[in-house]
Amino acid sequence: MKDLPQKILILGSGGLRIGQAGEFDYSGSQAIMAFKEEGIKTVLINPNIATVQTDGDMADTVYFQPLTPEVVERVIKKEQPDAIALSFGGQTALNLGLKLQKSGFLARHGVRVLGTPVSAIDTTEDREKFKRALEKISIKTARSRSVYSVAEAVAAAGEIGFPVMMRSGFSLGGLGSGRVASPAELMQKADEAFKATPQILIEEYLAGWKEIEYEVVRDAKGNTITVCNMENFDPMGVHTGESIVVAPSQTLTNNEYHGLREIAIKTITSLGIVGECNIQYALNPANGDYRVIEVNARLSRSSALASKATGYPLAFVAAKLMLGYALPELKNAVTGTTSAFFEPALDYLAVKMPRWDLTKLAGPDRTIGSEMKSVGEVMALGRSFPEALQKAVRMVNIGAQGLSDHPFEFPDPRTAMSRPTDHRLFAVYDFLKTTGDISTAHTETGIDPWFLGQMQHIAEVEARLRGTRLSEPLLRSAKQAGFSDRTIAGLTHHSEAGVRAQRTGLGIVPVIKQIDTLAGEFDATTNYLYVTYHGSTNDVEPLAKPKTDPSVIVLGSGPYCIGSSVEFDWCAVGLVRTLRQHGRHAIIINSNPETVSTDFNRSDRLYFEELTLERVQDIADFEAPAPLVVSVGGQTANNLAIPLANTGYELLGTPATAIDQAENRKRFSTLLNSLDIDQPAWQKVSTLERAKAFARKVGYPVLIRPSYVLSGGAMSVARDATELAGYLSRATKLSPDHPVVISRFIQGAKELEIDGVADHGTIVISAISEHIENAGVHSGDATVVLPPQRLYLETIRRAKKITTQIVEALGITGPFNLQFIAKGNELKVIEANIRASRSFPFVSKVTGHNFITIATEVLLNAHKPAEYETLELDYVGVKSPLFSYNRLKGADPVAGVEMASTGEVAAIGGNLLEAFYASWLATDQPVSGHNLYISVPDEQKAKILEPAAGLAAAGWNIFATIGTHVFLKEHGISSQPLYKIHEKTEPAVETAINTRQLSLMINVPSGTGDDADARHIRRLAVDHHIPLVTNAEIAVILLRCLGELKPTDLPVTSWQEYTSPTNPNRGRTDHHDQARLSHHRQPGTKRAGKPAGRSR
Amino acid sequence: MNKSIFQRKGLRLYFRFGTLIPNMTSVATSHSLKSRTRPQSGDFFISQAAALTLAGGTRFNGAVPEGQADSLTGEVVFTTGMTGYVNTLTDPSYSGQIIVFTYPLIGNYGVPGPSGWESTKIHARGVVVSELAGFWSHAGHPKGLGKWLAEQHVPIITGVDTRALTKYLRTRGTTAGIISTSAANLPAGTTVAIPKVSCTTPELINAGHRKTIVLVDCGLKQNIIRSLVKQGVTIKRVPYDYDYTNEPYDGLLVSNGPGDPTDYPETIAVLRRALAAPQPKPVFGICLGTQLLGLAAGARTYKLLFGHRGHNQPAATPDGRAFITSQNHGYAIDEKSLPTGWHVTFRNLNDNSIEGIAHDSLPFSAVQFHPEATPGPTDTAWLFNDFAKAL
Ligand SMILES: Nc1ncnc2c1ncn2[C@@H]1O[C@H](COP(=O)(O)OP(=O)(O)O)[C@@H](O)[C@H]1O
Ligand SMILES: Nc1ncnc2c1ncn2[C@@H]1O[C@H](COP(=O)(O)OP(=O)(O)O)[C@@H](O)[C@H]1O
Ligand SMILES: [Mg+2]
Ligand SMILES: [Mg+2]
Repeated sequence: MKDLPQKILILGSGGLRIGQAGEFDYSGSQAIMAFKEEGIKTVLINPNIATVQTDGDMADTVYFQPLTPEVVERVIKKEQPDAIALSFGGQTALNLGLKLQKSGFLARHGVRVLGTPVSAIDTTEDREKFKRALEKISIKTARSRSVYSVAEAVAAAGEIGFPVMMRSGFSLGGLGSGRVASPAELMQKADEAFKATPQILIEEYLAGWKEIEYEVVRDAKGNTITVCNMENFDPMGVHTGESIVVAPSQTLTNNEYHGLREIAIKTITSLGIVGECNIQYALNPANGDYRVIEVNARLSRSSALASKATGYPLAFVAAKLMLGYALPELKNAVTGTTSAFFEPALDYLAVKMPRWDLTKLAGPDRTIGSEMKSVGEVMALGRSFPEALQKAVRMVNIGAQGLSDHPFEFPDPRTAMSRPTDHRLFAVYDFLKTTGDISTAHTETGIDPWFLGQMQHIAEVEARLRGTRLSEPLLRSAKQAGFSDRTIAGLTHHSEAGVRAQRTGLGIVPVIKQIDTLAGEFDATTNYLYVTYHGSTNDVEPLAKPKTDPSVIVLGSGPYCIGSSVEFDWCAVGLVRTLRQHGRHAIIINSNPETVSTDFNRSDRLYFEELTLERVQDIADFEAPAPLVVSVGGQTANNLAIPLANTGYELLGTPATAIDQAENRKRFSTLLNSLDIDQPAWQKVSTLERAKAFARKVGYPVLIRPSYVLSGGAMSVARDATELAGYLSRATKLSPDHPVVISRFIQGAKELEIDGVADHGTIVISAISEHIENAGVHSGDATVVLPPQRLYLETIRRAKKITTQIVEALGITGPFNLQFIAKGNELKVIEANIRASRSFPFVSKVTGHNFITIATEVLLNAHKPAEYETLELDYVGVKSPLFSYNRLKGADPVAGVEMASTGEVAAIGGNLLEAFYASWLATDQPVSGHNLYISVPDEQKAKILEPAAGLAAAGWNIFATIGTHVFLKEHGISSQPLYKIHEKTEPAVETAINTRQLSLMINVPSGTGDDADARHIRRLAVDHHIPLVTNAEIAVILLRCLGELKPTDLPVTSWQEYTSPTNPNRGRTDHHDQARLSHHRQPGTKRAGKPAGRSR
Repeated sequence: MNKSIFQRKGLRLYFRFGTLIPNMTSVATSHSLKSRTRPQSGDFFISQAAALTLAGGTRFNGAVPEGQADSLTGEVVFTTGMTGYVNTLTDPSYSGQIIVFTYPLIGNYGVPGPSGWESTKIHARGVVVSELAGFWSHAGHPKGLGKWLAEQHVPIITGVDTRALTKYLRTRGTTAGIISTSAANLPAGTTVAIPKVSCTTPELINAGHRKTIVLVDCGLKQNIIRSLVKQGVTIKRVPYDYDYTNEPYDGLLVSNGPGDPTDYPETIAVLRRALAAPQPKPVFGICLGTQLLGLAAGARTYKLLFGHRGHNQPAATPDGRAFITSQNHGYAIDEKSLPTGWHVTFRNLNDNSIEGIAHDSLPFSAVQFHPEATPGPTDTAWLFNDFAKAL
């Protein structure tokens, strides 16, 4: 008998950020399922409300709460779990667990840590201990010294010899690490690193070594397997999260492969890992020498990738092993008959490619290295490297159709490839294409010649496509080398449809293959599929039985990136679940290995494939009849609606023409005019003169944007004619044949959103939420409140009416989202998305009504009319953005119309303040101390007066820039002035930051443009890990929280407690709080009343 | 069988346009690359449509290098190992067989010199792949796979849907086949005579140690010798039909080898005498050696439907310790026939078949997998330690 725990507490990973993203939703979800299968109760703490793991059918109890020791302790006291799982929530959960273990809290409360013992985790996390442990078993690590001061660092580097690798312990995604070439550089970088960590490591720099990784699984009996090995395309120095990675390794001989495997098993055995971990190596290509780089004693991004690359459910198995199962006792989930103790044999290869959004985030610096900057990734499966590589290039969705078909320009490819950047792959290709010089490419990049040879092959096919008639063998080999129809069409002067027609006419169609973990050795009824041109036989038959039983194909959202993240995966997973509950075959197409939707258990069929028109057509043709759902995969899927409809594919839900009517600004505007609905004045212009004329007419500032883009890509605000001209010169280059849309930018307005589901033009459910920030902060970067706390009843009524009109006019069936700007008596519509929006999981979980379930029922014509309360709730939900500015050196941390956040968190509280404060704390910016810095532009100064006074009264020390200082003084609040950098006078802000005197900084940029100093100060705050607020509205509410609440005052109430009918919070709505907020309301207006929230 | 396999006659071109960079080596000699900016026509040029024809007439189409002769008829078997093609091809146990690699890219790291081989030559009769690397790279490796196969006159066919083929073999079982550019005709039921592979005269290796092991060579892999050398013993390598029973020795190892174990009556007869000696010496068997030991002890063997060939085979002891093993066998011991006095030491976790046997009281044991690895995992290398300790 196993000594199974009764109740397990699982720590999630919080909001998505660079270095720690959606992969933990996947691993956490699998763990919960593995525990539940044993009849164990599960409690989950995770403020990431958009995750699948926080769904109603997952953990028994969910806390949308900050992942802080205080919260976890309070949850433990309340829930009394007898075990805790730390390895499914990334570095966040691991660090948190280590703290709780070290403080003795877990022991005191009888909570045992499942899986790998904490002492082993500690050894793997402390680089110094780790090296000593490996030395004991004669395993090599890079020569290095741990240092605790800048001086020590310089001395160590002198000994080891420059360049050195500088690394910090206990970090995620290589934060604070990098190649350092000189003592001066080291002094600066070490100083920066010590701000975040007490210990850094100076290490020999392994230039030109291959980077290899193994995923290892070990049970408590000591049975060990390596589920997968992976080889980095880039050599050491480019973080595995930043490198193209291929599984299995391609260039390793038997002895290299199995030599490293043996070391992996020896290491993991000696560390005593139980569950899953990964081990990273450097391998010297010249002589096979190796170094162990690190062991991550937890599920990681790589393990999610390895699970998807092999079909081996690592997290699920790890969870079972933690409960005491032995590997041989478990079954291979894919075959259902063979043992889980085996190592997958692949008969395809998997290529992972990172997705960066550097231009949106960091400005000019495109270099990549040992710190992570990428925001997401894709995985491509194929039976040749060119096939998989070119698929991956299309999947990352950066405007490239393949290696040969990319929008990037390299005046000198050789120089461009000599330094790793987000576009280096294309520079290497361009270089090979023009020179064929693999040797030089290898010397310049350190990329193994084998990979370069594969790229060279693609270049040769490109040359042949350009140079010769499109014969059958050429077309076939182009498809086998991963060229898209569109690229082939471009190279051969055909149309994409023409190439497709010719190709299918010749019988050149891809085949569908299964991922079965055993390379066909045993029979496996697996539903995990990919598509390849290297084959002659399909492994499967279409799922549907024509007519009687059509399938439904659901398009996922592709790679996570700024603007499209885990929330869309949540939508896709929910849709698929509901489809299946209604007895429909659900087929999902997605390319993102970090997702839950690509867990093959979630659908009837999973195509791990490109979300391109061509591939979706291939699959839809094969699976026909199978209507498609394009409304839950974010903008990526939505963009395919019109092309798919135009080529004759059936879409479920709102017709493509209506989607076009909403997306096409001109058509949308006409619609609004005909309905007499207001919108900000706009015009489409193609010359600077017209733009200026428009701006003069409506007044600056103006908002400029191209149409059909997500998350404000290339959107900008111009405050005057100079800025306008400057932007337009860049933007025209950006999209030559697309004119620019320019609108009046409304300042000081509130922004609100309505999310909903409609059925043939009638609203079925809708929820209105408001932003705390004024309009001008992208809705994805805004702090969202549901139900709204400060909107006039009249505004809500009108917004609902407008929504009803638009929904009816467009005949919407399925999910939708409308965004509004409200100022005074004006209410303007800024956009309509005829798809599920980013806020769907938030509104669903806060209201307790799953909008996606309802949308699916509508799509299936199976919805039963019901009443949904979404406005008059007894509690408040607040969703906050999470930024990754600390990863992006030099980026100005101010939210604007361009979306920049990488993730979000949410919390539910009894009132606005509680919910906001919990949500803020969940963004991982702990305010420790009582030293507040305030610098606010004149036009906003009045706002912060009252909360600042409150904090001053509560004993906070206030520091301020001169102007703010004087203003505060005039209003009787004392503060200490700090000088700006250019004032060169002490006491200076910079000194205060450097000496860590400040616990919270409010630095709001001026609407009329602020000086370089302010930007510099904001950047310093981020680099010194000082919590920073750059928005006046957020500052106001945060300061109130700090004055009125203690973190320990926040209730630890679970989601289920809030939303269940027996909500203990019912009637707890804080009227006192409402009264306090009332001064924000303008005189003579009424607050939202009860019945307004009801909708049919 | 899906029809398209028969229908698609056209040549499926996916190769490096028939080119290969000769002597393309590696980082170590990368300067030599500089002179060649364009790939040049190399030592093979895949241009001829061909097919792997199986007994009964089923064809799998592909292409072969120009001028390549047809293969001999061989037993078509698949291996799921993802690396180690050089070790596999030089493993004498594959004598008489045509090897299908399920991993689609073969040849990426070229071919090392003979010290990196498992025997002196390629034993397989033919090779079936999805893609033969036209471009390869590895330090110290003198040649590419294509060139090596051509030198050794071992036919290869590329561009085959090896997954479809594997699934076919899995359901129908191992069959005879031929790689041919003409429409070869192979009647159903064709069988393949598997040649013996063995040294012809006894040879002393690593002489001068206190203990001597007789190594019965039925087609052994070099790494068995390397593994024994590591144990510090002298090895007397003898032909498969050699009678060593009248000589002094401290231990006996019966090697792996090709074919049906019942085709080795001489080996079995000698082994039976060795087992029956009044004070028998420790005996260890590997792969075929296990089957021979079983037969000598009185057990029966049977042919597996499609064999175990790969580097990911799970073998577990009765007390639940499990190991990933390298395997390459088409026959196994029938458990019901195992005589009393013997027990099972390892079992395959996938199909429960016997992976190891031992005598209850005497120092006789054997494993169906390859503790010497190469190719494959090294998890069970400790078996050599145990054997050496028992001497
Ligand atoms: N000694 C070294 N020389 C060169 N590059 C290194 C060295 N150590 C690490 N790196 C690079 O830095 C990256 C991050 O290091 P790693 O130890 O894996 O930290 P993390 O915890 O961020 O994954 C690695 O993926 C590798 O590319
Ligand atoms: N006319 C406007 N005046 C002020 N702010 C605006 C205006 N139009 C848009 N915005 C701001 O810009 C953000 C992004 O605009 P939106 O049209 O929603 O782009 P996206 O398609 O990227 O969501 C909005 O959330 C809002 O804060
Ligand atoms: Mg790492
Ligand atoms: Mg928007």
